[in-house]
Amino acid sequence: MLLPRNRGFVHPIASEITPQAVFNARRRWLAAAAALAALGPRVAWPQAGTVAKGAPLPAARSSVPGAFTMEKATASADATSYNNFYEFGTDKSDPARHAHTLKTRPWTVSIEGEVRKPATFGIDDLLKLAPMEERVYRLRCVEGWSMVIPWVGYSLSELIRKVEPTGNAKYLQFVTLADRAQMPGLRSSVLDWPYVEGLRIDEAMQPLTLLAFGMYGQVLPNQNGAPLRLVVPWKYGFKSGKSLVRIRFVEQQPTTSWSLAAPQEYGFYSNVNPKVDHPRWSQATERRIGEGDLFAKKRPTLMFNGYEAQVGSLYAGMDLNKWF
Amino acid sequence: MVLSDVTRAAAQAIVRHRAAKPALFVAALLPLALLVAGAVNHTLGANPAETLIRSLGDWTLRFLCLTLAITPLRQWTGLPALARWRRMLGLFTAFYATLHFSAYAVFDMGLAWPDIVRDVAKRPFILVGTAAFLLLLPLAATSFDRAIQWLGAARWQRLHRAVYGIALLAILHFFWMRAGKRNFGEVAVYAAIVALLLGWRLVKATRGARYFMKLGSHSAKG
Repeated sequence: MLLPRNRGFVHPIASEITPQAVFNARRRWLAAAAALAALGPRVAWPQAGTVAKGAPLPAARSSVPGAFTMEKATASADATSYNNFYEFGTDKSDPARHAHTLKTRPWTVSIEGEVRKPATFGIDDLLKLAPMEERVYRLRCVEGWSMVIPWVGYSLSELIRKVEPTGNAKYLQFVTLADRAQMPGLRSSVLDWPYVEGLRIDEAMQPLTLLAFGMYGQVLPNQNGAPLRLVVPWKYGFKSGKSLVRIRFVEQQPTTSWSLAAPQEYGFYSNVNPKVDHPRWSQATERRIGEGDLFAKKRPTLMFNGYEAQVGSLYAGMDLNKWF
Repeated sequence: MVLSDVTRAAAQAIVRHRAAKPALFVAALLPLALLVAGAVNHTLGANPAETLIRSLGDWTLRFLCLTLAITPLRQWTGLPALARWRRMLGLFTAFYATLHFSAYAVFDMGLAWPDIVRDVAKRPFILVGTAAFLLLLPLAATSFDRAIQWLGAARWQRLHRAVYGIALLAILHFFWMRAGKRNFGEVAVYAAIVALLLGWRLVKATRGARYFMKLGSHSAKG
């Protein structure tokens, strides 16, 4: 967006995003609905979701260009109850229901491959590695819905600089936790576990690429990828791996889970692009979760999810139809 | 499923009770009532449009299975009176299918017909679902007694056998819809039910054909 930064927009503090009264009202209706559902045939009632109750994670407003959208943030109740995290089940309400079994401490992330200083970081070291920033990003899912989420974290480039990549490090592969004891979804063969994702090193170094530890001013809820995850705002959501345990610096383009599962549908890049449709549906528009009533019109999807000014140059000269 | 005489008599009494049909009618409207209440009270989750569209699709499939189950159930349980429920269940299938398609057209596509046409052409699972829905309409439109008279029982029956094809399309629609996540658990359950209900008819039809062929060969000899 070609809007000046710092034009006086005051971002709401996290606790204001879902007013307590609204939340309580939802709870009351949920209880009433549950009572009603018990009488009648079972309808698949999704849970209204839990507001993030994690410990506060203070952060200063980010000064990275593009890191603060002016758009209204999605209610945290929605962002923490409507999730794709297949390790806890494929239904969107599954992660909020099942992710309580995830143990986020102790937690380590090992950095391997083409780096001069390979290391295994404990979560507390990572939390202190760079100052925490709040960033408000649009999130566009490949399925055609979107949210606006205030994340807390710092640029992945901070970590990359610490481990000093060699000249051979052309790509990063992100490996996420796959532990059957903690993740009931691993019993399903929907994907090859562990879930792996990847970025080109220049994409990983782009300051918008965020290593996130929190959202809505608090530590990440388990269902959103605790204790740390990636957020790459100009790519479809599945590129942003959750609950990271390993980052490999490699020379060849790494395998990614979805391009392995359906290579004709999901490419390595998976940049948000309204002009390149998914083989089975249009990507021209998106439903913004929580925006308007049932009859609200979908909104047009923006090139690179609205981050073209910041990241467009990374793909100069590339045929984005081919490198989808 | 052979019932004891006492059980069958009791079941027969329930099926034939004059409150049975109105009760079934009310029960069949309950899923819709719960969904409407959920939409009004904002308890359908973060994406209520998606919940509505998918739940209405689920209920269409459930009513389709119930409708197809009537004839086999009549035989297995020895309760021919069950037939009096079949038309209502069939019409509720068409009712929920109409709501399912309308919810897609309104909430997902904003009633933009050029977009809908493009979407139907682009997505095989939408195409198959739309085909199943359109095929269901003439069946619903000819469900009343007069229609049977006008068409003649044989032609009417041939027309209404289209429901078998519709059931297969509905399963394919559900399968393709879930193919994106390779999440086939529920699809398998519905596919098994439909396979059982249609398979039973197929076995009966071929047995019948063999019986008549036998009759034919006997008479040729004689």
